[in-house]
Amino acid sequence: MTIVKTPVDLAGRIGRILSEHEAVEGACLVVLQAIQREFGYVPAGALEPVARALNLSHADVYGVLTFYHDLRRAPPARHVVRVCQSEACQAMGSRSLTEQLSRRFDIGLGETTADGATTLEAVYCLGNCALSPAVTVDGALYGRATEFLVLERLGAAE
Amino acid sequence: MKSETFFVSSDSASVSVGADDLVRAITAEAARRGIEPRIVRTGSRGLYFLEPMFELETQEGRFGFQPEGTMAECVTEMFDIGVEARTCLGLMDDLPWLHKQERLTFERCGIVDPRSINDYRFHGGFLGLERALGMAPEDIVAAVTESGLRGRGGAGFPAGVKWSTVRGAPGDVKYVCCNADEGDSGTFADRMLMEGDPFLLIEGMIIAGLAVGAGKGFIYIRSEYPAAIQMMRQAIETARIAGWLGGDIRESGKAFDIEIREGAGAYVCGEETAMLESLEGKRGMVRAKPPLPALEGLFGRPTVVNNVLTLAAVPMIVARGAAFYRNYGMGHSRGTQPFQLAGCIRNGGLVEKAFGTTLRTLIEDFGGGTATGRPLKAVQVGGPLGGYIPEHLLDLPADYEALAEAGFMLGHGGLVVFDDRADMLEQARFAMEFCAIESCGKCTPCRLGAQRGVEVIDRVAAGVEPAKNLALLDDLCTLMKDGSLCALGGLTPMPVRTALYHFPGDFERAAAQGDIRWA
Repeated sequence: MTIVKTPVDLAGRIGRILSEHEAVEGACLVVLQAIQREFGYVPAGALEPVARALNLSHADVYGVLTFYHDLRRAPPARHVVRVCQSEACQAMGSRSLTEQLSRRFDIGLGETTADGATTLEAVYCLGNCALSPAVTVDGALYGRATEFLVLERLGAAE
Repeated sequence: MKSETFFVSSDSASVSVGADDLVRAITAEAARRGIEPRIVRTGSRGLYFLEPMFELETQEGRFGFQPEGTMAECVTEMFDIGVEARTCLGLMDDLPWLHKQERLTFERCGIVDPRSINDYRFHGGFLGLERALGMAPEDIVAAVTESGLRGRGGAGFPAGVKWSTVRGAPGDVKYVCCNADEGDSGTFADRMLMEGDPFLLIEGMIIAGLAVGAGKGFIYIRSEYPAAIQMMRQAIETARIAGWLGGDIRESGKAFDIEIREGAGAYVCGEETAMLESLEGKRGMVRAKPPLPALEGLFGRPTVVNNVLTLAAVPMIVARGAAFYRNYGMGHSRGTQPFQLAGCIRNGGLVEKAFGTTLRTLIEDFGGGTATGRPLKAVQVGGPLGGYIPEHLLDLPADYEALAEAGFMLGHGGLVVFDDRADMLEQARFAMEFCAIESCGKCTPCRLGAQRGVEVIDRVAAGVEPAKNLALLDDLCTLMKDGSLCALGGLTPMPVRTALYHFPGDFERAAAQGDIRWA
């Protein structure tokens, strides 16, 4: 079980984000994205104040939070490796690259290593289809990716 | 060697294979020689197969260099003997790959500094907007209609008709929404344009706003494109400061402003009504049409929803006239299409050509065939919802009607090449799986149909009553095509059926072997 600690001064920081977005039309998604930038994820305690400020129901906000792949409800691992699973990358071996990385880290897509250091994620197209297979390591994009390249980048990040 | 000017792409794909390292190599070698080079970071020329590369300015023009081996060696040799170096590709303008293209939308991309509004103007930027500011709105709409411009997002709906509807719709508040949620595998033209020539998109949106009477525009950019988001934000700020955007555009008394909204990783938000929902801050769920977004779009107001490339074609149409644009292309497909060569292809990149060029020309002449040198098996045209085209049909012209007639679609112009190692049953299964993952869930044929589609294909692969299950799959495809609310569920049958129809061997073999990979 993952134990998610409540961030320090949650109410104050959420309040500041909400006041910064007062003028935004249809702000719910934008606010949740801003909260995720601030905390690295959207803490459960954020839903109530967001709903109140935007005059939405708790269910509305929860619905938005759970619809989008990018929004997280728990903190991410220190390192995130995303491997493109789309057709252009498949044509250049992204399936076997994914298998290699899965074996190396002993996790499947969407899982985090036992030491909590690295998460392996699927992504559907990074717009680097002419240089496939494409991956991101901690947000940085790489083309013509290999297992070696990913491990090297992760090593460089440590 | 005196002070020299170099051009290196800052496009995220170029950087993904080492363009920044190349800049460091040039800077270091120059410093060793006591030179302070001028390095201009441009967008990409679209020659991704040559990346990382750089260009050196000379009196004859720009010469390209493609480092082989280490970057340091290449840079040292270039400083020593200039264009005589082994790694010199010659004059960029003479490279057949660029020379044989018809670049209209991408004419500046890879050449100008995308951060410089002066560079943009110097290379013909804002001529369209300057003209548009002096035109009656109906004349701008008429020019776009006469040009024959069709939406480049995939559906190919005539842009002029859409604009005319929004212009004629009642209401004071109207919007222009640019759909930059380019999520189709094999497409990267929107990203390249936003990173390489952002003012062009801004100019196109302002002209659209003037034409339909909208005061505000939104650009919805997918989160997978952080560099494009950053570049567009910066360009909007620059354009505002320079007076091209905001409350009083070039002291014309006309106003238009643009806001960027970032997507959150949902493919379906590329569908126009799902995108509008997402822009309103809600779950990106598809709306039933009618009402058309042109009449009731963003926040219920009349809204132009166009793709990046559609809007980017507009400044040229207004600046050079509808006839100029119309003269490119064939039949009802007018102008040029930026084709994107991707997947297992030797020369991957962007090729802008007038409609009517054949798939074979694009894949063999420009693309140089497969990356592995193995026989080509299939080309998926038009993204994950596009059909798989077998090798013997590559002489089809790349235009909307010709592809539709043959049971395929052009979509956003992406071509994903597969060599003979591809298993088309696996690709058909992926199409269903992708639809199941990305379905917004609003309509049953898409939400459940895709899930059942995966299961039916798995039964075929496992050799469980293959004939019966293939008949069931066909039935399911018809149901999804006819019963889905939007193109995600409605077009997923296209890759599935084309895989089945053109590559039956892959299904029969799996069924006969009773392959149990997914059983």
